[in-house]
Amino acid sequence: MPENIPANNTSGSSIVLKAVNLTRKFDRKTIFENVNFELASGSATAITGRNGSGKSTLIKIIANLLIQSSGELNLFDGGEKVKKENVFKYIGFVSPYLNLYDEFTGYENLKIISDIRGSGHGNIDNVLKRVGLYNRRNDLLKIYSSGMKQRLKIAFAILHEPKMMLLDEPTSNLDLEGISVVDDIANEYKRDRILIIATNDAHERSLCGNEINLNENISKKKENV
Amino acid sequence: MFKQALAICKKDFNSEIRTRYAVNALLMFIIVVISVIKFSLGEDKLSAEMNAGLLWIIIFFATSNGLSRVFVSEEERGTSLVLKLSSRAGSVFLGKLIFNTLLTFIINFLIIFLYIIITGLDIKNLALFSLTIGLGNLGLSAVMTIIAALISKASSKGTLYPVLSFPLLLPLLLASISATTLTIEGTPMGAIAGELQMIASYTIVVVTASFLLFELVWHD
Repeated sequence: MPENIPANNTSGSSIVLKAVNLTRKFDRKTIFENVNFELASGSATAITGRNGSGKSTLIKIIANLLIQSSGELNLFDGGEKVKKENVFKYIGFVSPYLNLYDEFTGYENLKIISDIRGSGHGNIDNVLKRVGLYNRRNDLLKIYSSGMKQRLKIAFAILHEPKMMLLDEPTSNLDLEGISVVDDIANEYKRDRILIIATNDAHERSLCGNEINLNENISKKKENV
Repeated sequence: MFKQALAICKKDFNSEIRTRYAVNALLMFIIVVISVIKFSLGEDKLSAEMNAGLLWIIIFFATSNGLSRVFVSEEERGTSLVLKLSSRAGSVFLGKLIFNTLLTFIINFLIIFLYIIITGLDIKNLALFSLTIGLGNLGLSAVMTIIAALISKASSKGTLYPVLSFPLLLPLLLASISATTLTIEGTPMGAIAGELQMIASYTIVVVTASFLLFELVWHD
C-alpha cells in the first residue's frame, strides 16, 4: 500500500481483508480460535455469537486495536498489502467502549480529529448534518445524551470516508431516526466498501449479507477435536 | 508525523485548560512544598549542594504528579481509541512528549522562580544553570512520558509511577544535581561539560528507545 495515502481515501482500488487461523487468548483462556474469512469491497458481514464469544475482540483485532495471539490478518489495497501502521487510515469504527472528549463540543471534537488525521475541516458540517447533530454542534459533549454521543461516534467514523466500516452494536442508545441514519450509512458502505457489524440484534444482522458466527467456529473446532 | 504530533499536543493543551487535570494538582504541590521549605528554613542559608538537591527533589515529585496524566486520562476516559484510530503510534508519542516537555518547562520555571524568591538562592552562573535545568527537563520529560504510557494500563498507577521512574531517572538526577551544584557555585563550562554531555546522551538514548518501545505499549 502506498505509504502516504491521503486521510480521505474513498477513491481508488478495492480492498480485501483476509484472516487465516485467527486466534485470541486472554492469559490461558481462549476467546476464539482458527477464525478464517476473506472479505472484499462491496460486502457486508455480521459477526455474531453469544456474550463473551469474542465479537468485540475480533472487531478490535480487525481495527488493529488489539493484536491476535496467533494467525494472520492482512488488508490488501489493489492487491498490495497494507502496512499495519497505515491500517487506521482505512477504518471507520463505532463501538460502546469508544469515547470522544467530553470537555470539547461536538464540532471541536471532529475538528481536533481532522487536525490529527491531517485532513481539512470541509467535511465536518456535512457529517454533523447527516447524523442530525448540526444544531447541537456547539454544545459540550458532557451535556450530550447517550444517543447524541452515539451519533457523534458515527460522525467520527464517517468523517474521513474510510474504505472499511466497523460497527460494534451501532444502534445501541439510538432512537428511530438515529437507527435510520445507521441504516443509510450501512447501505451506502456495503455498496463499494467493506462493512462489518458485530451484533446479535436482528435488525443490524439484516443489514448484512454474510455472517461470521463465533459460536459455530468454536463448535466446529470441538467437533474436529 | 510532526504536524499530527503538534495537533495532539494542541489538543492536550486545550484539554488541560478546560479540565485542569494536571495544573491544579501541580500548583497545589508546588505551593505546599515551597511553603514547607520556607517555614523549616527560617532565615538559615543552605549550601549549594543542599539547594541543588532540594530543587531536584521538588522537580522530580512535581513532574511525577503531573506528567502521567497525558496517557492515564486518555485510558481512564476511554479516549485513547480515538488517537489509535486517527494517527500512528509515533505521532501520538511525539505529541505527548512535546506536551510533557512544555509542561515540565512551565512547572520548573515556576518552581525555580518561587524557590529563588523564598530562599534567596544566589546563582553565580545563571546561563549554565538554565542550560542544566533545560537539559535535565528534556531527560525528565522523556522518561516520564514513556513510563506514563507503560503505567496507564496498570491498576495502581499512582504508586507505580514514582516507583518505576525513580531507578530509571537516578543517573539523570545525580548528574543534574551535580551540575546544578556547580552552576550555583559559579563553576565555568569546562568543569561541568562531562555532566552536561551525560545528561544529553541519556536523553537521546531514552527518546530513541521510547520511540521503539512505544508501538508495542500502545497497541496491546
